[in-house]
Formats: sequence, structure tokens, C-alpha cells
Amino acid sequence: MNEAVIHVHRGGPLVALVGNPNCGKTALFNLLTGSRQKVANYAGVTVERKEGRLVTTAGKALRLLDLPGAYSLHPRSPDEKVTADVLFGRALGEKRPDLALCVVDATNLRRHLRLVLAVKRLGLPCVVALNMADLAQRRGVQVQPEALARELGVPVVATVGVRGDGAEALRRLLDDPEAWRASTAAAPPSANAMADHDTVRAILQHLQVDELIPDTVSDRIDRVVLHPLAGPLLLAVVLFLVFQAVFAWAEEPKSWIEQATAALSQGAGALIATPWLRSLVVDGLIAGVGGVFVFLPQIVVLFFFILVLEESGYLPRAAFLLDRLMGGVGLSGRSFIPLLSSFACAIPGIMAARTIADPRDRLVTILIAPMMTCSARLPVYALLIGAFIPQRHVLGALELQGLVLFGMYLAGIAGACAVAWLLKRFTPEGRQVRSLMMELPTYHWPTLRNVAIGLWQRIVIFCKRVGTIILALTVMLWFLASFPSPPPGASGAAIEYSLAGMLGHALAVLFAPLGFNWQISVALVPGLAAREVVVSALGTVYALGAGADGSASALTPLIAQQWSLATGLSLLAWFVFAPQCMATLATVRRETGGWRIPLVMVGYLFTLAYLAALITYHVARTLGA
Amino acid sequence: MEMRAPGLTLDHEPLGRPATVLRVVEPSHSPDWALRLAELGFVPGERVMVTARGLPGGDPLAVRIGSSTFALRRAEAACVQVQPDGAPA
Repeated sequence: MNEAVIHVHRGGPLVALVGNPNCGKTALFNLLTGSRQKVANYAGVTVERKEGRLVTTAGKALRLLDLPGAYSLHPRSPDEKVTADVLFGRALGEKRPDLALCVVDATNLRRHLRLVLAVKRLGLPCVVALNMADLAQRRGVQVQPEALARELGVPVVATVGVRGDGAEALRRLLDDPEAWRASTAAAPPSANAMADHDTVRAILQHLQVDELIPDTVSDRIDRVVLHPLAGPLLLAVVLFLVFQAVFAWAEEPKSWIEQATAALSQGAGALIATPWLRSLVVDGLIAGVGGVFVFLPQIVVLFFFILVLEESGYLPRAAFLLDRLMGGVGLSGRSFIPLLSSFACAIPGIMAARTIADPRDRLVTILIAPMMTCSARLPVYALLIGAFIPQRHVLGALELQGLVLFGMYLAGIAGACAVAWLLKRFTPEGRQVRSLMMELPTYHWPTLRNVAIGLWQRIVIFCKRVGTIILALTVMLWFLASFPSPPPGASGAAIEYSLAGMLGHALAVLFAPLGFNWQISVALVPGLAAREVVVSALGTVYALGAGADGSASALTPLIAQQWSLATGLSLLAWFVFAPQCMATLATVRRETGGWRIPLVMVGYLFTLAYLAALITYHVARTLGA
Repeated sequence: MEMRAPGLTLDHEPLGRPATVLRVVEPSHSPDWALRLAELGFVPGERVMVTARGLPGGDPLAVRIGSSTFALRRAEAACVQVQPDGAPA
């Protein structure tokens, strides 16, 4: 999707999308180029420049750059610098754009027009896409594109980012370089940023849209959502429902996958005559990969809620409600979105930290991002909770399993807050006052299309992981766990004599204080690459350990029977902190430009994981678990 | 307390009272805040209104400016001097 590395159409004219954050640049980019870059209803979703190919009405190919949103051309954070560098012609390996396509939110002309004036002052030819014109009209703000074009001295096209209406008009306009090249000369730019304010005010007065403060639906919603008492209560209810649903809604499709896996395993077992090949397929592939795949429904349910919340504009409100907490541990408002993204996966979260201007804040955010519960932990948590937490209701309607899952998320957040607070307390820069300055966007209904695309992308990502890294490590583990074969006359299960068995028994010495048996110890090794691999590895280890006739029975009842509750809880605590994800560490290395920070991260997170599991195990044992 | 003449600051504004920005004063600890607030639209003559406050301590604030809403921490809102509507200049 990202065509930034394709050099084929280097020669074509370059058009850059410029605008304030969250004005719909990426939605327009997707519409014009047929891409599927991520969009959401908050500022700072796009942190890199993305390139796509746009074909005009006449069939001419242009290169279209989607740039991170900026409030001005004075960059402070790494993502804003990308935008300024491209527009000033300073970006490495990129020529200065031939045209700036300024995206302007019609409901918010005042702020957006100032950026247009600043871009004009650079001497770049400009075309304005008047976005969200429909929304403005519904609010009673009538903006005539022709009138705005006259005032600005540049062509203006009305667009609605998520619909095709304006896109055609834009494509036609892009065919006509004369129209936009002439624009630079038409109206003299104002002298400086302060003069821009007066110019914008005059334009709005001429257009008679210099309105006061309108009362909108968003305001009325905010009166409840941001209410000092009702707001936090609503946030807690929303989060609760999400975690309840992750268990309740996924039950049905999960059992289908389990049945299909069992049938497949039986079928394959009957079909394959060669014992070692049968073991590879049944104990290795089906028990391992199938064991992870079964958690797909829960991931889909979780992302459904994340996407709906993202689209609606609720997430920045959650940041508002939680800001005291963020400020208290020395984080600026800018850290919220990166940390929130980390609930899906720490990698985009760590990349989103580019929107943070202060280098110290950015580093702290990167360091604590892996403690946010990413979706790769979900299979592990779901397995352990399913095995050790009884399925019953507490306090009337609350499902205990969902409640414990919610608790796991809270544990990660608490750990992150504690680390951030320590860094605030013991670093000199940590105690400065930090800023928030975060836009609360207008609410809108999530579009079915965007949610569906988002979900589909998550499903593809999950299946790719299962089909590549998890599959490969499972096969590798099967070999380690099957060879060498036991000596003749050996009594125990074959796996006990294999390389993996020996490794597991050696590691078990290290992990015994945490209550981990040798099977868990072995599973943690391939699990260093990615967390879900622990689930597939346990599936394989137990399937092999069950002996030749043991059909790959479901893992959940097996561990429920063989581990103590204290062991289960201890492993849960381990996974709150353990940095078992190579891809995250590689991203941290890239984003921080060296191995120092990823090594610090590995060191402190493993220490925390070990301590948390140790304490959990011994407390649970003392309490009789 | 230092005198904040001639107006009040945004962090002390009651909910729902429209006011006009008189000026933005940069705090000594973060001199760049003034420019950033100006970029968001907090410039003299603009109409603003506090629409929500967090608990405890009324921090942060949701501030309406034009047709956008921004969340500001108290320290940031304290940089914005305002003239409430209807009050004598």
C-alpha cells in the first residue's frame, strides 16, 4: 500500500496534501489514490509521508504525498518536521512539491485558512480542497467555494473526504496546471503569521461566516461525556462492556474453530501413516497453530470496539478524562495517542511517539508503550483466564473472566504509570510543567466501510502472523521437542529426552521460583519472538508429551488440570511486563537510533516481569491457591 | 499573587460564559506555549468559552474557540487573558 519506495513515477508532478491535523487528508488521499491508509477521528494518525499514485481525468499520472497534519509550518515534533521539510524542499530524496493541495475543514475555516496563507507565503502553487462542506452546511455555515476562491486567490474545490463527489472535480482541476500556477500571482500573501490572523478574519467577514460560538450536537454530547462525574463513570462502563464482550461474543465462533481443529486433527491423524509426519502435522502444526488461531474471534471483537471508538471521536475525550493521571506521572497530552495505539500493537504506538516534541517525553513514552496490553497478549491471557478463572457472575451481571481481563489491562497501565512516575521523580527534566493542547474533534458516526476495512486489515495481519512467524517457530519447536528420540527402554514421554525437554529442564531451575514447570520454560523460548507463540508452543509441547496415542486435546482443560492456580496467575503476571516481541525491539532501535534504549527496555521489563511473577506466585501460594 | 491586569485568565472563567481573548502571555517555564496557543487560534479578538472542566481541581479544561474545541491544562489556560462578554473594557 505504501508506495514510497517505488521510484517508477519519480518524474511525474508531485502534489502534497497539507492541512491541520484531523481535517481528512488521509481520507482524501485514500479516495484519490485507492489506498487504504489508516484514518481515525483524532489528530496525529499519520506520522510519516505516504506516497500514492493519482490519475487525473485526462489520464495523467501524478504523485500524491500524504503528509502529517500540522497547525503551522514551525515544526516542533518529528512528524511536523516531515511536513515542513517537504514544503520547504528540504526533504531528503524528495523534490519540492509542484503543488500544495491544502485540505481545509469547512467547519473550522479560521484555523485552517491560516495554514493555507502560510503555505501560499512559501510561493508554492496552491489548490484548496474545502472538506466537510456538508457538515458545515448542516450547521448553518454556508461556504461558497467560488467566493472563497476569490478571497484567497486560489482555486477551491468542495470535497467530502469519504465520498467521491469532490474527487472528480479535483482530478479535473489537477489536469489544468495553468489554473493553479496562475494562482500564486493572483493575491499578494500577507507579510507574516500575525497579519494572517487579520487576513483570515477579513475573509470570514466577507463570506459572512464570522460566526460566534455555535451550539452543536458535539457540545451537547460533551456535556455528558466530559462531565466530572458522569464522564469517568461512562468511560468505565464503556471499557467494561468491551472486555465483557471479548469473552461473551467470541464464545460461539471460538467453539466452531475448536471443533474444526479437532476434526482436522482426527482426519489428519487417520490419513497420515508415517508416525513422525503424523506427529509433525497433528502435534506440531494443528495443536500449535490451531491453538493460536482459535483466538481470532476475540481479537476481532476487541478491534471492532477499538475501531468504533476511534472513528467516533471518543478517544480524545478519554484522554481528557484521564489527563490528571497522565499529568501526575509527568507525561504530556501528546503521549496519550501513542500509548492508546499500543493497545493494538506497540509498534504503531512507538512510531506515533514521533508526534511528541519533547525528546525526554518521547523516550519515556517509548519505554512504557510495551506495557500497554497489545493484541498479541490476548491469546495468552484468554488461554490462562479461560483455564483458571471460573466462568461465573459476580455482583449480579458481571462476568468474572471479563473482569479479570479488564484487570490485566489495568495492571499494565498501572505498571506504565509507576515507571513514568519514577522517571519524573528522578530525572531533572521530569518535573517541568507539561502541556496538553489537544484538539477534541467533532463526533461523528463510524462509517461501516472504515470499520470493515479496519477489521479486515487486522484479520489479515493476524493470519499473516499465524502463517509465518508462529508456523515457523512451531515447526522448529516440534523438531527440538522430537529429537533426539528417547533411548530404548526409556519410561517417560519421548519429549523428556529431546533437546527441548533438556532445555526446558535446565531453564526450569531459573523459573522454578515463579512456579513455572519445564513445559512453560520451554514455551517461553520461542515465545521471545512473539507472545502468541507461547500458546502454540504449549500446544505442541503438551501434544507431544501426551504420547503417541494422545490426540491433540484442547489445551485449556489440560493446563487447568496440570498447573496450580498459583502457576497460572504467576504466568499472567509475567506477561503483563515481559518484552517478548522482537519486532517491538527492532522498532525501538530504529526510532531511537541505537541499541541502548532497546537494551534498557529488555533489562527493566524482564526484571519487572520476574518480580511480578515471583510475588504473585508466592502470595497466591500463601493464600492457598 | 501577581496582578493579572487588566483582565481575567481563561482558567478562572466559569463554564459557558463567552469571552474574548485579550492577549496570550508566555509563561517563563515554557516560552514556546504562547506561539503554540496562537497557532491553535488563541489570538487577541477571538471568542472563547470554557465548556468543561475535569475533576479534581478543574484540570484540564475543554475550551471552545471558533468552532473547534481544545483540551488545555490549567497552566496553559492561565496564559490566556480574556475579557468576559458584557463586562466593561
